[in-house]
Amino acid sequence: MPVLTYRDALNQALREEMARDPSVFLMGEEVGVYQGAYKVSRGLLEEFGPMRVVDTPITELGFAGVGVGAAMAGLRPVIEFMTWNFALLAIDQLVNSAAKMLYMSGGQVPIPMVFRGPGGAALMLGAQHSQSFEAWYAHVPGLKVVTPATPADAKGLLKSAIRDNNPVVFIEGEMLYNQKGEVPEGEHVIPLGVADIKREGTDVTIVAHAKMVAVALKAAEELAKDGISAEVVDPRTLRPLDVPAILASVRKTNRCVVVEEGWPFAGIGAEVVDGIQREAFDDLDAPVLRVTGADVPMPYNRQLEKLAKPDAAKVVAAARKVLYKG
Amino acid sequence: MEALSPTMEEGRLVAWKKREGEAVKNGETLAEVETDKAVMELLAREDGVLRKIVLAEGSTVPVGALVAIVGGADEDIGNLVGVPAAATPPPQGVGGRVSAASPPAAGAKAVPTPLPTTAAASTLHPTPSHPTPTSSRVRSSPLARRLAAERGLDLRLVAGTGPAGRVVKRDVEAAGTGAQGHGGTEMAAAALPSRAPAAPVPLLSSGFQDVPLTTMRKTIARRLSESLGPVPHFFLTSEIEMERAWEARQHLAGLGDATKVSFNDLIVKAVALSLRKHPAVNAWFLDDRIRYHGDVHVGMAVAVEDGLITPVIRHADRKGLLEIAAESKALAERARARRLTPEEYTGATFSVSNLGMLDIDEFTAVINPPEAGILAVGRIAQRAVVADGALVARRTMRVTMSCDHRVVDGATGAKFLQTVKLMLENPLAMLL
Repeated sequence: MPVLTYRDALNQALREEMARDPSVFLMGEEVGVYQGAYKVSRGLLEEFGPMRVVDTPITELGFAGVGVGAAMAGLRPVIEFMTWNFALLAIDQLVNSAAKMLYMSGGQVPIPMVFRGPGGAALMLGAQHSQSFEAWYAHVPGLKVVTPATPADAKGLLKSAIRDNNPVVFIEGEMLYNQKGEVPEGEHVIPLGVADIKREGTDVTIVAHAKMVAVALKAAEELAKDGISAEVVDPRTLRPLDVPAILASVRKTNRCVVVEEGWPFAGIGAEVVDGIQREAFDDLDAPVLRVTGADVPMPYNRQLEKLAKPDAAKVVAAARKVLYKG
Repeated sequence: MEALSPTMEEGRLVAWKKREGEAVKNGETLAEVETDKAVMELLAREDGVLRKIVLAEGSTVPVGALVAIVGGADEDIGNLVGVPAAATPPPQGVGGRVSAASPPAAGAKAVPTPLPTTAAASTLHPTPSHPTPTSSRVRSSPLARRLAAERGLDLRLVAGTGPAGRVVKRDVEAAGTGAQGHGGTEMAAAALPSRAPAAPVPLLSSGFQDVPLTTMRKTIARRLSESLGPVPHFFLTSEIEMERAWEARQHLAGLGDATKVSFNDLIVKAVALSLRKHPAVNAWFLDDRIRYHGDVHVGMAVAVEDGLITPVIRHADRKGLLEIAAESKALAERARARRLTPEEYTGATFSVSNLGMLDIDEFTAVINPPEAGILAVGRIAQRAVVADGALVARRTMRVTMSCDHRVVDGATGAKFLQTVKLMLENPLAMLL
């Protein structure tokens, strides 16, 4: 199987879907001539021309709205945000237009589009550019939220997102773009709403998505040295959330730690914990613990930033706690 | 009400040593409080004026309840008084204020405040961290409850090892395999759970009289049921000839008052030396491990009015008979006066209970957890024994050792008892 970077896996998905369906087009800042701020759209302008790879001014609300209009008219837009931090300017189009249209039109006007770009913190970009917004969008009925953690998932999920008839918020990772992994060629489609067991284990379940999957896997390695077998569950899609897969794992291990890069209050972890306590109450041997980003704006200082992010040591400590091993 | 002993849950105010309006200094005695073990001094925690006595002499309140207010001479304590003592939640931390719900005037402190654990600070009646069969609310994980129900186990009888004594999966599984033991072993025992002579019940001409349990008797009751139920006891009895010990004691007494020792001192010494030779018996059972002690500390049961307590003779194996005699006399006196400090009655690695002076021939004692054994000593009496084929009168003493079978096996206990017997039958061996 070919080994690709996460960015090239996304590029492959875009190319394949644009070739497959002429109604798919890409629009955003620097996606054409510059080939994408993170080079995800490399070669696409050359291959598909300026009608289907459209450079925009720095007007997030504007081009997001143009995308929603195009979707209403029957096209399948892929809107790239340079990062999800900038998409705050466009959130009205996502929440009030894209997410509501099918409902408010009585089912007559579907919005088959994808909003994509990198989310989460990179390194020393400061408080305004180091944010994880997946919980915000997952909160909204009418939106699907996808957070791929590996190159193979990035390709398979983006293809599904483009084919989906609902607006999909597709959050990539700036620190993931260079990550390499095996990616199946051709028709590799991963259905939305299906979790993946990234590592099997018996003693404790670690639920993690996006960049935190790697953190969870590293923690699982550490725990294995102490004879603790951790299972890492990656929901991959946050909405719809594959609660049955999480429950099946927790029923096996009786203990769970939920990891996310974003803030704790009303975060994704809160939703996961709610599902577990309702559906797997009698299987729990310990309260479910969460490892999250610190409940503060991201510090710019390198050391403080490191302390504010979840890392393997914090996950290991939480796992040991739910195992009553100090 | 401050926790003045490791196991104290409530205290009775015996006497106030300061009057309202009197100045108090940090460390001065405010009052005397009867705990489950002793009458202790309740000390002031800061300088100020004893503004208000809330708890009347003779009253009993749970640990953490408000007993008095110390503050500045002219400070407004209006919103502190009028708070019923029992309704005051235990404040957190040393020198903490009364509670957030009833904010005190600036600087005024409720006394005494410290609580030993933060867990207890959230509850008015702190419960022991390990469930006993008498408590109805058992902290347990949902999974532990389900597993216990599936296996027909009573969760109240399973010792929890999770936070705050929470029963978790591993505890239920351990209980299922019969390996589960008594829970609260980390906390050193105080009241010696030997079979206590029944407290005299005052007789009326007809009918009956109910006598409320004293704090000490409550502790004895709780500790006893924590021992004989969960701890698998077995008993080893041996008859020891005491002729030479008798002679030795007579001889020492004949040298003058300064060299008088009791039989009990001889027994404590023999037990301590035997523990040194048999470290497998000098141990604690701590649920998931056995702690073999490097030091020998012998607990000695002392009967006190309506109860008993086990002061500890530390490093008894390294002390001379006279030292043991002096120390045991002093400890027994302090025990009867209920003046022992917690350091003086905790930490024993093995105990001795002697009812010989009460004409008991032999008896079995209940182990004082987490110790692994206790020696019950009967009276020394002339008995008919067969020696060299002839019936003769000899002074003998019967001792019965109770062993925790999780720590001590039959042969291990028997060999220990053999050494005790050898030493008491040949007191010179104690010189070796």
